[in-house]
Amino acid sequence: MSYQDKYEMVCGVETHVELATKTKIFCGCTTEFGGEQNTHVCPVCLGLPGVLPVLNREVVNLAIKAGLALNCEIAEFTKFDRKNYYYPDLPKNYQTSQYDLPICKKGWVEIEVIGKSKKGGITRAHMEEDAGKLVHSGDSITASDSSGVDYNRTGVPLLEIVSEPDMRSVDEVIAYLQELVQILDYAGVSDCRMEQGSVRFDVNVSLRPLGSKDFGTRTEIKNLNSFTAVRRCLEYETERQAAVLDKGEKVIQETRTWDENQGVTLSLRTKEEAHDYRYFPEPDLVPLKIDRDWVERIRATLPELPAAKRERLKGLGLSAYEAGIITSNKAMAGYFDQVMQKYPEAKVVANWIMGDLSALLNAGNQSFEDCPVKPYQLADMLLMIDKGEISGKIAKTVLEEIYSSGKDPAAIVKEKGLVQIKDEGALEKIISEVLANNPKSVADYRGGKEKALGFLVGQVMKATQGKANPELVNKILKEKLK
Amino acid sequence: MKTVGKSLAELHKLLVNKEISSVELTREYLDHIREYEPKIKAFITITEDEALKQAEEVDKAIAQGEEIGPLAGIPMALKDNLCTEGIVTTCASQMLRDFNPPYDATVVSRLKAAGAVLVGKLNMDEFAMGSSTENSGYFPTANPWDLSRVPGGSSGGSAASVAAGEVPYSLGSDTGGSIRQPAAFCGVVGLKPTYGAVSRYGLVAFASSLDQIGPLTRTVEDNALVLNAIAGHDPLDSTSVPFNKPDYTQFLENNVRGLKIGVPKEFFGLGLKQEVAAVIEQAIKTFEQLGAKIEECSLPHMEYALPAYYIIAPAECSSNLARYDGVSYGYRAEADGMIEMCKTTRAKAFGQEVKRRIMLGTYALSSGYYDAYYLKAQKVRTLVKQDFERVLAQYDILLSPTTPTVAYKLGEISDPVTCYMGDVYTIPVNLAGLPAISLPAGFTDGLPVGMQLIGNYFAEGLLYRAAYVFEQNTGYYKEIPGLLREAD
Repeated sequence: MSYQDKYEMVCGVETHVELATKTKIFCGCTTEFGGEQNTHVCPVCLGLPGVLPVLNREVVNLAIKAGLALNCEIAEFTKFDRKNYYYPDLPKNYQTSQYDLPICKKGWVEIEVIGKSKKGGITRAHMEEDAGKLVHSGDSITASDSSGVDYNRTGVPLLEIVSEPDMRSVDEVIAYLQELVQILDYAGVSDCRMEQGSVRFDVNVSLRPLGSKDFGTRTEIKNLNSFTAVRRCLEYETERQAAVLDKGEKVIQETRTWDENQGVTLSLRTKEEAHDYRYFPEPDLVPLKIDRDWVERIRATLPELPAAKRERLKGLGLSAYEAGIITSNKAMAGYFDQVMQKYPEAKVVANWIMGDLSALLNAGNQSFEDCPVKPYQLADMLLMIDKGEISGKIAKTVLEEIYSSGKDPAAIVKEKGLVQIKDEGALEKIISEVLANNPKSVADYRGGKEKALGFLVGQVMKATQGKANPELVNKILKEKLK
Repeated sequence: MKTVGKSLAELHKLLVNKEISSVELTREYLDHIREYEPKIKAFITITEDEALKQAEEVDKAIAQGEEIGPLAGIPMALKDNLCTEGIVTTCASQMLRDFNPPYDATVVSRLKAAGAVLVGKLNMDEFAMGSSTENSGYFPTANPWDLSRVPGGSSGGSAASVAAGEVPYSLGSDTGGSIRQPAAFCGVVGLKPTYGAVSRYGLVAFASSLDQIGPLTRTVEDNALVLNAIAGHDPLDSTSVPFNKPDYTQFLENNVRGLKIGVPKEFFGLGLKQEVAAVIEQAIKTFEQLGAKIEECSLPHMEYALPAYYIIAPAECSSNLARYDGVSYGYRAEADGMIEMCKTTRAKAFGQEVKRRIMLGTYALSSGYYDAYYLKAQKVRTLVKQDFERVLAQYDILLSPTTPTVAYKLGEISDPVTCYMGDVYTIPVNLAGLPAISLPAGFTDGLPVGMQLIGNYFAEGLLYRAAYVFEQNTGYYKEIPGLLREAD
């Protein structure tokens, strides 16, 4: 039995996304991922005595851009606050963040699950600095006799995007997150490199009896770093809460952590143990006035976002499914548009991109960002098919050849002698041989078995290594078999 | 040649005329420091080697015929909460007893660029919390006018070193009176500039929205010369204001005719000692005789300033001092586990007053108390500011005593609230972010009395002019502590 038979899930997500700036939020250190430990640091991000923060303007630009992409209101007046708590990865033991006047609020994204779509509300989005990273001497914190701190990540700018508790199923949560991450990626506000931890999720989840309007007691599970982790964690946590409720007990409001290896959530701290962050306005930074010209200048730089792109692709004749696949990957969508500039047949382009080309890239462990087949090469190849210079079957070979050699399709066709045989005389000669070698099939066809024709066509193609023009083969065969 | 006690302009002239070299001058001051330090104890660190090196460079420049600035080659010292690259910066706390900053505060790099010769780092109340320098984590400093008395604080070392002639000038920091009160107790000139006029970058923060760095000098002219070197916008401090920095010495004209001076009656109330009031009343008469127009005025919300300050300053302090946890620099206690290490480190290395303020501030910011304390205090701050703005629309400057009493005896005040009350006239100025100067107004029983002049935002020039006129017409700056007279 699943929890869904008795309960409805209510879920909201806090998403922390690294903003794609070159330098940190309050100093000039690089935000580059990796690097020797504690090399991307200076007195300011180390929080040494006496240092002061200076806000990186690009952080504000990207926060505004994200807000616009997520249909948010952009604050005219915003400020930073200090969130006070002790942790060794936080050099000042407070995080400079935003409390009551965030830069973005009241937005939404469209989420779609099995053809049904709804709005996932966004309460707010605010700017803050990232903390450092603890490096343990052992495999885990409990198995270590000492820990060090790597401050390279300290001060990397983050945007925390807080959703409304609008999601009612795990699928809706995942749909919300995928759409959110896609939008942020398209808008260019973040690299969204999940594997480098540039996007992290905290989920808040509760259950309530089916039909109930009140929210149940929620738990918060912190620091999930992939869609898979979110899905597995929510599947576990909903069943855990359902079991608690089934026993007539109460869910405890608490913060929990996801143990990836065991596949369980574990209690971190209860409400009573919750931090009192003692927020107060950051006295080292002045409040920010964002005039509407600034917002409009940023709006003008917004690229086409996934939802708009999907609609446009559908308008070009793609199905909702195809449009969804193509736009799910920013690089693939960009590739599609580039091929379309030279070869504007949406359906054909989509089929090749989603089919053969994706298969080649997967096999070669590459992506559309570094695709060896240039968009113009694919377009040229498709034009050659249309002109009858190569067959669709040969084209698959040509594509593989472009992928591995990088050569243009025309050169490959010429080099390898892949040009279609359209010479009727030559074809007649080959066909006569095929007919002579397959008397049974000829008799079958003449006896009324239409299917036998297909076999004979196949034999001709085999004899010509696929280079025969299929239409001509059909025509000549039919004439000879009369 | 006796150079100790000379003005900056005189010392500059001696250097330019090659009557003395910077190295000789520096040695003379270092000798003086060595002679008086056993009694005064103003210094935490003496930087003889660095000082002589810097002096040699200035001498080289002079030898090559380069034109040198007004501070070049002249010794000075810094309150020990100003970061100096490679020179230990302790904040008079055991927590930072070995802390060597990898960078210079903006004021330090500006003074270095001006050729100033740093001879040492000065004692203070730990993390600038206190009014007597008795809260130093190392030792108390004595008042040069009476060695049994406190020099004031928290910039007690900065004031005492100048009063004792150990340096011609020093820098201090002022969060609630920490430059002006010790200046008053030690009979020197101390300026707290407008909030945002001097960069705080590299000043170890106590209360960020109140802290300002300023000069302590023997004369008003010296003070203006030092401010010239340190003031001005700094991109490293977001709260520093881009403004047109004047040459402050241009205001030093001997004329206050027509100057409208307001005397806020609230600054002559509870706790003001009769002998201090008498000196200030005499000073008011002097200004009148010099042609200034004096009127009584009122700042009705002043009585709430002190309690509001003791919410806001500790609140900011509790957050600013959270970073001292033993993790990556400073003192670390040996203990089992990270949390115990952090707790023990803070328990052992912070002094009583610092702990008291961290607790006050943590409480004031706690959930459920924020609105009643921090938010209300911020509203009071706005009212205090509005009071000043209203009055300063009518008067050019305001005049008050700097402190309700003269310097008290070491160990005399142990109750913190009594100690806090001593800053009742200086604190409102920090809440409003205004500039104010303290200068010697006269003496009572051989102890200096300080007069505070408060000006409008960025009106340091006007403060200097009024202070200069008073100084030139009274000559109190010529008085030197008996300790130094005996030596002569």
